Amino acid sequence: MNETLAQILIIVGVLLGTVTIAAGLIYVERKMLAVWQQRLGPNRVGPFGIFQVLADMVKIFFKEDWIPPFVDKKVFVIAPTIIMLSVLMSFAIVPFAPGVVVADLNIGLLFFLAMSSLGAYTIVLSGWASNNKYSLLGGVRGAAQMISYEVFMGLSLMGVVLLAGSFNMTEIVNAQKGMWFVIPQFVGFVIFLIAGIAETHRLPFDLPEAESELIAGFHSEYSGMKFGMFFVGEYLGITLVSSMITVLFFGGWLGPAFLPPIVWFLIKMFSFILFFILLRATLPRPRYDQLMSYGWKLLLPLALLNVLVTGAVVLYNH
Amino acid sequence: MLSSVRSLWMVFLKMFKKRVTIKYPEEKPYLAPRWRGRIVLTRDPDNNERCVACNLCAAVCPTDCISLQATEDENGRRYPEIFRINFSRCIFCGLCEDACPTYAIQLIPDFEMSEYNRQSLVYEKEHLLIDGMGKYHGYSYYDQAGVAVGVKPKGGGENESEPVDVRTLIP
Amino acid sequence: MTIIFYIASLVALFSTVMVVTRKNAVHALLYLIVSLLAVSVIFFISGAPFVAALEVIVYAGAIMVLFIFAIMMLNLGKDSTERESQLMSFGAWIIPAVLCLILLCELIYVFYSYKGTSGSGSLQVIDAAQVSGSLFGGYVLAVELTGMLLMSGIVGAYHIGKEKKREYHRYLQQAND
Repeated sequence: MNETLAQILIIVGVLLGTVTIAAGLIYVERKMLAVWQQRLGPNRVGPFGIFQVLADMVKIFFKEDWIPPFVDKKVFVIAPTIIMLSVLMSFAIVPFAPGVVVADLNIGLLFFLAMSSLGAYTIVLSGWASNNKYSLLGGVRGAAQMISYEVFMGLSLMGVVLLAGSFNMTEIVNAQKGMWFVIPQFVGFVIFLIAGIAETHRLPFDLPEAESELIAGFHSEYSGMKFGMFFVGEYLGITLVSSMITVLFFGGWLGPAFLPPIVWFLIKMFSFILFFILLRATLPRPRYDQLMSYGWKLLLPLALLNVLVTGAVVLYNH
Repeated sequence: MLSSVRSLWMVFLKMFKKRVTIKYPEEKPYLAPRWRGRIVLTRDPDNNERCVACNLCAAVCPTDCISLQATEDENGRRYPEIFRINFSRCIFCGLCEDACPTYAIQLIPDFEMSEYNRQSLVYEKEHLLIDGMGKYHGYSYYDQAGVAVGVKPKGGGENESEPVDVRTLIP
Repeated sequence: MTIIFYIASLVALFSTVMVVTRKNAVHALLYLIVSLLAVSVIFFISGAPFVAALEVIVYAGAIMVLFIFAIMMLNLGKDSTERESQLMSFGAWIIPAVLCLILLCELIYVFYSYKGTSGSGSLQVIDAAQVSGSLFGGYVLAVELTGMLLMSGIVGAYHIGKEKKREYHRYLQQAND
């Protein structure tokens, strides 16, 4: 009974925690972008504007939820839920601290990859269902981009799997007790970072939405809470990729003992979230063909080479 | 790749620089004296209207937002009967100020003129006319040039000579 | 576990029927995705988590996205929907239905004949290491052959998709010919 209660507490805690973090990122992102662009940023609602999140939420909830008459209604409604669902499902396998994990699957990493590959549907379907040229272009771009970068994402993680000898996330963290995997797997880390940005279609690689050329791409036709789902889904995606980087390459909850493990995890995760925001503040959007050729001609061979070398080293030491 | 990392670092360092924006309604921005904002009509040192209703400002205005109607007082001095500027059309280019021969129309450093009702942005002469001389103190058009219209005798301007008597032969 | 199996099977069956009967191609593909996900759940609970994950990653995640991608590009309109509705005529589906019925009978026969021999209930979880062990152990020749086939496919696709080398001005082109 007690164990069941603890499990339920963990599930509720992870769900509420991640959604709260994702909502809080609305404020954090705007404030940090302002800080890096020498602006003041949100400062109206509450002290330092920290209630901006609430204001934004109220705004999104009370906006008219308009479904245009020309859209494919069912698919239009389903599409935004997919991203929330797939990302929240992925959080189930993230070990936040020893024992604090919703489902300690033995194929945890594969589960993450599976869920992130399902995330591609949200872009494709919303782009198609909107029945709008710009949305369709965004959907087509999104599909091609996400499928391509999933390949390198999976391959870049294989080095970690080889070193840890398991797909289980907890075991991967425990295997990093001696040395974080970012040192032997630096190439894998860089590739995973880039693929993670492309997978969450964050700003340097936000070609599916590319507001300067496609208006808002796949979510041009969305309003109200349906748009909010895309919005929060994107922030959830950032949180997910940051926590995956933390778990896979930076030792998860491991750290000196003067702080509890969960705090170490959160510190590492938030520094990666901030790095994502810094990336958005800095880099311009590449051209679409540049993005694809960068992926297929540079990252794919690099990822394959990484797997090959890691495999050889592991085999040699075996 | 390396240049991207370098620019990441440079943007990161911007964190510690001075902010370039201010909290606007509480802190006001510095506006230069020659800042082009709200348009006013000024008076000369004798507290008469400088405007002589020459229509040059209305002619030069690229958005045709100025309209005026000239009339004359009992001395034959021209002044605008109505003077109307539609600030919902005005682009604050300052061409009217450049065109004005009497320094009557001037752009001043003020931009806070939002309204809820668009019709309130149409300023009539009583809204435009101010009591001061604006940017050009002590300047009076009729002291410098122009016809005698009750404010000065013929040839009484500052840079003017007495009128030549064409009937004499003496220079 | 048995209840989950039956639920997943029902979902798979229902969505597969919906795939066949939908007239809109994208809707049909969406049901196909649901069907694949249900099948992956069945894989998972019958002790093959690795295959279940691969099913989602490869089939539901990648191949179906490409399908939808292609259909999006083709932009099927009303004509195709009408043609689709004609496909449902009796003459068109009777032969495939009979063939499927034969397969179904065979399947039922096989299940019943094996019921006595196979030990029921003892579930054996096969993890990634075992799968890869058999792939690169006993079946290494098949894996290598498949790899070669895929490689030739990639090379062929690259050759077809390659841009023309150079466009000459029409006068120069005549001179070159």
